[in-house]
Amino acid sequence: MAKYITKRILMSVVTLFIIIFTLFVLVRIMPGDPFPVERMTAEMIELKRIELGLDRPIPIQFADYMARLLQGDLGNGTSLYNGAPIMPIILVCMENSFKIGVMSILFGSGVGLMMGIAAALNRGKFIDRFCTICSILGVCVPSYVFMIFLQYFFAYKIPFFPYFFDPSNFFFSAIMPAVSLSLISIATVARFTRNEMLEVLDSDYVKLAKSRGLYGFKLIRKHVLRNALIPVVTVIAPLVVDLLTGAMVMEKIYGVNGLGKLMVDAIAGEGIDYNYVLALSILFSSLYIGIMLILDILYVIIDPRIRLTAKEKV
Amino acid sequence: MENNYTPVKEDFRFLPRRDSVDDARFASTDYWKNVARQFAKDKFALLGAALIVFVIVFAIFAPLLSFYEYDEIVAITDATGAEVVAKSLSPQFAGGTTGYFSDKTFLFGTDDMGRDLWTRTWHGARVSLLIAFVAILIDMIIGMSYGLISGYFGGVCDNLMQRFIEIIGCIPTLVIISVLAIFMTKGIGLVIAALLITEWIGMSKIARAECLKLKEREYVLASRTLGAGNFHIMFKQILPNIVGPVITQVMFSIPVAIFTEAFLSFVGVGIVLPQCSVGSLIEAGFNNITILPYQIMPPIFVLAFLMLGFNLVGDGLRRALSPKIGDV
Repeated sequence: MAKYITKRILMSVVTLFIIIFTLFVLVRIMPGDPFPVERMTAEMIELKRIELGLDRPIPIQFADYMARLLQGDLGNGTSLYNGAPIMPIILVCMENSFKIGVMSILFGSGVGLMMGIAAALNRGKFIDRFCTICSILGVCVPSYVFMIFLQYFFAYKIPFFPYFFDPSNFFFSAIMPAVSLSLISIATVARFTRNEMLEVLDSDYVKLAKSRGLYGFKLIRKHVLRNALIPVVTVIAPLVVDLLTGAMVMEKIYGVNGLGKLMVDAIAGEGIDYNYVLALSILFSSLYIGIMLILDILYVIIDPRIRLTAKEKV
Repeated sequence: MENNYTPVKEDFRFLPRRDSVDDARFASTDYWKNVARQFAKDKFALLGAALIVFVIVFAIFAPLLSFYEYDEIVAITDATGAEVVAKSLSPQFAGGTTGYFSDKTFLFGTDDMGRDLWTRTWHGARVSLLIAFVAILIDMIIGMSYGLISGYFGGVCDNLMQRFIEIIGCIPTLVIISVLAIFMTKGIGLVIAALLITEWIGMSKIARAECLKLKEREYVLASRTLGAGNFHIMFKQILPNIVGPVITQVMFSIPVAIFTEAFLSFVGVGIVLPQCSVGSLIEAGFNNITILPYQIMPPIFVLAFLMLGFNLVGDGLRRALSPKIGDV
C-alpha cells in the first residue's frame, strides 16, 4: 500500500508541476501588455518591465518564480494594477472561503447522509418519496437559483438573516451562504447514500446477519453503513470541487470577500490582472489535486478490497 | 340432464404452435424500435421531452412573432416632444395599466433599459440552447474519436492518451476559464471554448470503455478476417454499437453545458450586452431582485425547465437502452 500511495503522490506532484509550467508560459506569451497601458508612458512601461523582471528570458523567469513559490510566496509579487502585495489579500479571502466551505460541506454531507439513510430505511414510504423529489430538484435546478431565492425570502422578505456576509459577525452571517452552498451536496449525497444503502440492505450478508438475529441500530451501524458509505466518499470529491465553482456564484450573491470573487474580479474587471490569475489558478489547481489525492488514499484505507488489488498490481 | 351438452365444432378454435409465434415476434423486433417503445412507456421521460420541446418551440418562434427586437429599447415621444422609455414595466396585456404604454403588450414586463422581456427571454433561451448544442456536438465528435482510438489500439498509445486525459482532468474548470479569458474576448466564443476543453473527457471515457468491451467480439474478428482496416472497424463496425451510451451521455452533458453558460454569464465572463442568454438575464434580474422581482422569474423558469427536461430524458434513455428481461 505504501508503494501505491508513493506512486500516487509522485503522479500528483508531476501533474501539478506540468500545470504550473503551462500556466506560467501561457501567461507570459500572451499577446498585449499586462499593464494599464492607457495610463502609462512608454518609459514607465519599460521601467516596470525591468522592475518586475519581465525583460529576462522565460526559463530564468520560471526558475525564479518556482523558487519563490517553494518558499510559500504564492502571490509572487504585487498586483499589476495597484502595486499592492498579493499574498495578504489572498490569505484574507482564503480564510473566508475556507470557513464557509467547510461549514457547508459538513452541513451538506451530514444532512445528506441522514436524508439518504432515512429514505433507504423507509423505502417506498413518504420520507423516501420526499427525499427522491428533493434530490431530483437539487440535481436538476441550478444551485444558484436556490441561493437567490433563499436570500430573497430569508434575508429580504423575512429579514431574519443578514442580507450580506459580514466578517465581523462571522457565524451568524455565514449561515445563509453555507446553507445555500450545501444544497447541491445534500441532494447528491442523499441520492447516493440511498442507492448504496438499498444495495447493501438487499445483499446476502445482511440477510445472513438478520437471520442470525441481529437487528436495529447495531445491524445498520456494523453491517450496512460501513459498506454503504465507501462509495459516498467518492461523491464528496467532485462535490468539494463543485464547491469552488459554486462558491464563485455564492460569493457574488452574498458579497463574500473570498477566493471566487477575487478570481472573478481578476478576469472580469476592467483589465486582467495576470499575477492574480496565475496565483489563484495555481492555488485552485493544487487544492483540486490535493483533494483528489487525499480522497484516493482515504479510499484505499477504508476499503480493504482495493488495498488487496492494489498490492497485487504494484 | 344439465351436463348433457354435446360440443359442436364451433366451440373449438385452431391455435398455431405457441413457440413459433413468440419466436417470430421477438426476432422481428428491432433494437431501436424496442428502445423507442420503452421510452414511450416512461412517463418521466415523456414529461422531460415535452418540457424540452416546449422551450425549443418558443425559442424558435417567439422572437420571430414578437412585436419587438430583443435589443430594441421601446420608447415613444410624448406631447411635449420628450422621449419616454418603457423602463421597468411590470407584466401587462394591452390596455392593462394606465400610462404611455397602456396599449402595448409586455407579457413578462420590460427590463430596466426598456427592452421587452418576453422577446429577450426566448432569445436568451435560443442563445443558450445554441451554445449547448454546438459545444456538445463538437465534444461528442472529439470525445468519441479519442475514446475509440485509445480503446481500440490499446498498449502504449492507450497509456499515453489516458495520462494526457488525467492531466487535463486535473485542471479545475475555473482555471481553464480564467486562462481562456486572458486570450479571448468575452462572449459566446469564450463559453463554447470553455465547454470544448472540459466536456469531451467524459464522452471519451465512455467511448473507450464501450470500445474495450466490443473489440473482442466475433463480428470484429470476422470483419478483420475479411481484410477490413483498423479505421473501418473502428468507425463502421464499433461506432454504430456505442451510439446508445454516447447519446445518453450527450443528454446529460447538455444541461451541464447550459448550466456552465448560465454560470459564466452570471459571474460576468459570458455573454455581453445587448446580446442575452438565460444566464445574463438571471444576472440582470438578480441585480434588481428586491425592487423588481418579476424580472428574474422567466429566465429562471426556462433554465429550470431545460435542466429538468434534459435530465429526465437522459434518465429515461438510460433505462430504455438497457432492457431487462422483465420489460420485454
